[in-house]
Amino acid sequence: MKKKAFYQTFLDTLPVLTGYVFLGIGFGLLMFRAGYNAWWSVAMGVFVYAGSAQYMAVDLLSGGVSAVSMGISIFLVNARHIFYGLSMIGAYKGTGKKKPYLIFSLTDETYSLVTQNEPPEGMKKSTYCLAVSALDHLYWVIGCALGGLAGAVLPVDLKGVEFVLTALFVTIFVEQWLSQKNHGPALIGVGVTLVSLLCVGSRYFLIPALVIITLTLALWEKTGRRDRHEA
Amino acid sequence: MKHDMLLVAVAALVTALTRFLPFLVFGEKRKTPEFILRLGKILPCAFMGMLVVYCLKDIQVIGYPYGIPELLGCGAVTLLHIWKRNSLLSIGGGTVVYMLLIQLVF
Repeated sequence: MKKKAFYQTFLDTLPVLTGYVFLGIGFGLLMFRAGYNAWWSVAMGVFVYAGSAQYMAVDLLSGGVSAVSMGISIFLVNARHIFYGLSMIGAYKGTGKKKPYLIFSLTDETYSLVTQNEPPEGMKKSTYCLAVSALDHLYWVIGCALGGLAGAVLPVDLKGVEFVLTALFVTIFVEQWLSQKNHGPALIGVGVTLVSLLCVGSRYFLIPALVIITLTLALWEKTGRRDRHEA
Repeated sequence: MKHDMLLVAVAALVTALTRFLPFLVFGEKRKTPEFILRLGKILPCAFMGMLVVYCLKDIQVIGYPYGIPELLGCGAVTLLHIWKRNSLLSIGGGTVVYMLLIQLVF
């Protein structure tokens, strides 16, 4: 029974396995080319554990920037985590000893899996979240290590495999669309992000989008609540 | 070398900070406001929409191949999912379609 539940959890993380291993390899390879061996890639995979931030950090590292500009750049790229965390406060409440790691390892992909999926039968939600978080983290570290060690001699042409993460988000988006009657939040998410992308450009659009989405939905909840009270 | 280690440590600490910040503000002991909890239930839907757009931010819309491979890839994922509602099939199938398109067609 327990084995079956864990197998189901593993299946849930398969898309992330594919995406993280290959994106991790890409990162390790970049690090290798910038003169940092596999240990550096592994250390960053373990301790930083943030895809786009790590990719950006390669340039910053090899450029020898100051600690302050590294800090600011990383903060800007990762500010979206603040908003993910905001929406997980209820879900991760009372998870006890697991909580610090659950928070530490909350990437985009882990966030999508733990918000979307229900745990298999016989498994506690917090155990499921922990298993998903740890598996995803492991995949990422394996990818970083492989890239740092052997990225240069990787034989097969896997051009386009990174699309697996886009496919993961699209699938969850469609699943939520099909399973929910209220499409307002989904439409607001897409609409606001598109407008922000068109207005601000692809480098800086994410933070304005996050702020406007959160404010709009906060307003939505507030007015929705008043309507229910009056009714 | 030393400076590099400092930079990696800063990257790790700042990343952790962005993840821990909301949980530090709304701690385990304090009662989380009802409003935040309800907001937490509708934000993931919106963020998923945002992440889809985020993944597609760098596609070539104006020049060749006009974002067609990405559009077809996402279309394949959507249709597969509406048809079978099997996540692995939708993700795997869509990715294969996309890889074939950019390696063989475009």
